[in-house]
Amino acid sequence: LDYQHVQVPFEITLWIMLASLAKIGFHLYNKLPSVVPESCLLIFVGLIMGGIIYGLNDRSPPVMDTDIFFLYLLPPIVLDAGYFMPSRPFFENIGTILLYAVVGTIWNVFGIGFSLYGICQVKAFRLQDVSLLHNLLFGSLIAAVDPVAVLAVFEEIHVNEKLHILVFGESLLNDAVTVVLYKLFRSFCEMPTIKSVDVFAGVGKFFVVGLGGVLVGLSFGFTAAFTTRFTKDIRVIEPLFVFLYSYLSYLTAEMFHLSGIVAIISCAMGMKRYVEANISLKSHTTVKYFMKMWSSVSDTLIFIFLGVSTIGENHEWNWPYICFTVIFCLIWRALGVLVLTFFVNRFHVNTITSKDQFIIAYGGLRGAICFSLVFLLPDFRRKKLFIAATTVVILFTVFIQGMTIRPLVDLLAVKRKRESAPTVGEQIHIRFLDHLLAGIEDISGHWGQYYWKDKLEYFNSKYLQKILLREYDQPKSSIVLLYEKLERKHAIELAQAGQLGHGPAHPSFLCSAFLCSSSDRTVITDQKLEDTPNPDVLDNMQEILARNLYRIRRTGPAYNRHTLPGDSEPTEHAKEILILRHKSL
Amino acid sequence: LSREDFQRIPELAINPLGDRIINAFFPEGEDQVNFRGFMRTLAHFRPIEDNEKIKDQNGPEPLNSRSNKLHFAFRLYDLDKDDKISRDELLQVLRMMVGVNISDEQLGSIADRTIQEADQDGDSAISFAEFVKVLEKVDVEQKMSIRFLH
Repeated sequence: LDYQHVQVPFEITLWIMLASLAKIGFHLYNKLPSVVPESCLLIFVGLIMGGIIYGLNDRSPPVMDTDIFFLYLLPPIVLDAGYFMPSRPFFENIGTILLYAVVGTIWNVFGIGFSLYGICQVKAFRLQDVSLLHNLLFGSLIAAVDPVAVLAVFEEIHVNEKLHILVFGESLLNDAVTVVLYKLFRSFCEMPTIKSVDVFAGVGKFFVVGLGGVLVGLSFGFTAAFTTRFTKDIRVIEPLFVFLYSYLSYLTAEMFHLSGIVAIISCAMGMKRYVEANISLKSHTTVKYFMKMWSSVSDTLIFIFLGVSTIGENHEWNWPYICFTVIFCLIWRALGVLVLTFFVNRFHVNTITSKDQFIIAYGGLRGAICFSLVFLLPDFRRKKLFIAATTVVILFTVFIQGMTIRPLVDLLAVKRKRESAPTVGEQIHIRFLDHLLAGIEDISGHWGQYYWKDKLEYFNSKYLQKILLREYDQPKSSIVLLYEKLERKHAIELAQAGQLGHGPAHPSFLCSAFLCSSSDRTVITDQKLEDTPNPDVLDNMQEILARNLYRIRRTGPAYNRHTLPGDSEPTEHAKEILILRHKSL
Repeated sequence: LSREDFQRIPELAINPLGDRIINAFFPEGEDQVNFRGFMRTLAHFRPIEDNEKIKDQNGPEPLNSRSNKLHFAFRLYDLDKDDKISRDELLQVLRMMVGVNISDEQLGSIADRTIQEADQDGDSAISFAEFVKVLEKVDVEQKMSIRFLH
């Protein structure tokens, strides 16, 4: 038995296998993911595993190594997020997102830091040796909202696209701020005295980190696009370039102490347009599937390791500090969101409603990034206290906030609708109005309001496309691309559409109820005014309508962890609508 | 502006009501709309401000009043402009808004149900007054408003 020989790869594969099997297990029970978000279940599995290992070996289980996390587990998730980020809503809301990410995070950091320092001054808690600087350091790592956790929870609740992109974009971009503040405070801890010059250097460093990350990412992105221009004869390795260049951009940025996450996002967003035009269709599919696969695996592993690492002897429990940390995180986030939204709404066309504000504030989940950063702290006396506090905050936000956010959202939404159940006519008319409004918004929004976007388009078509694209055709609008895609499958789809239009579609009770009541239908139409129709028929109608009415563009998030962008319902509906309009023309 | 200019907007092409919305901009029988006409149509969607309700009691009703907003929507249903939404017109709109999974009979009964709920004078069609009544519980002012040039 030669276990030593294969130990490392064997164990890694076993962990990944466990993660994937756990995922299958959850999806077998249909009800479970809707009540408890997947991330909670994964942490729970991790806790169990950690408990088993602790019991067997009688020592602390392997703590998630921060290097493994930052170098191997985090990049695929961020790459997936950046690549599939719907760029139009992102750039439309970029001002708000940046405001939340930068100003919001700084507000949170200083708020939490100072208030915790205030708590430490209270003699009764025996915490006076925790200095202001330590508190600020702790604040900087606990204030950052984590994209992994946010993504995992927000998939379960279906919020509108704008809200989704706000929280998501904020969680991705606040990494730059977190990195700078964390490193700043850590270096301050080691310096004997702090001069004001150092503070200004810190502020300047923030800009360097952020912008430097963007520059590094963009340069790697354009190099990737340029490389794919020449890959016409070796299609097989095309997908590899996408991954290699992105990973290189992340590593390069980390090497220069710039923000790796910002770099990888800008790399992905920069190269996406050109690479997709250059590589073949099969390579494109491969890239998409591999990205989703890797990010899914990473995501699962992170949560399981989080669970495993919490069991152990790394903690020092000081209840007041921990409780106050949790409370302050909530309070400061809520305050920050309120104040910032107040400013945002003054300058913007679409206001962020108070329900949205609540979701943004409540959806500020902390996750694995905080956890890894706390392990990176230099070893000083109170490190274990910080580890314990971080663990509690993460578990609290993921479990309690994650599980209750969905019922709370439903509660808030239902409260306004509860006045009366909409009649069939109302439902139809309301949807009609929604479509009308979406169309008018598109018309009005499209005529000449985006100055920078126009400039960028001009720059793009004049210079970038000539260099980076292999075949420089007329730029195609998205509608032409969609039309071409349809042309390829036109005959098959029409046949399917024709077949579906005449046959009973839903093999469920609805169908049989309709067939049963079709014999009553003539009776109903004759006695339209006197009879109240069968309540079953009425319910069926409402359900059919609810299921089949086309959703308005923009009601669902365009980014989903588990499905590819082209496979979801709205795209199918878009195709159907186009076919119908073609038939009617 | 001509119709082709509108049709070039990609999102309108996949809006089920795209054609009808475009037609709403063009006055009767014409193929071009100038800026004034364009603005007039979009003016329906201006949000209602509170002081306007008090100010203009005597003058002509502003374009963005609730009644005029609903009238705009009504005109999108009512293609033959007889001030009634007949069963056929309703069916056409329903077919545009609903997927291919619903058969014609089901759609017909949904249309019948809609007309039955709204119809008060028994003519098997929805007049403008009945349309307004159906939507009386809906916050039309909020729904049909866009803040332009804020």
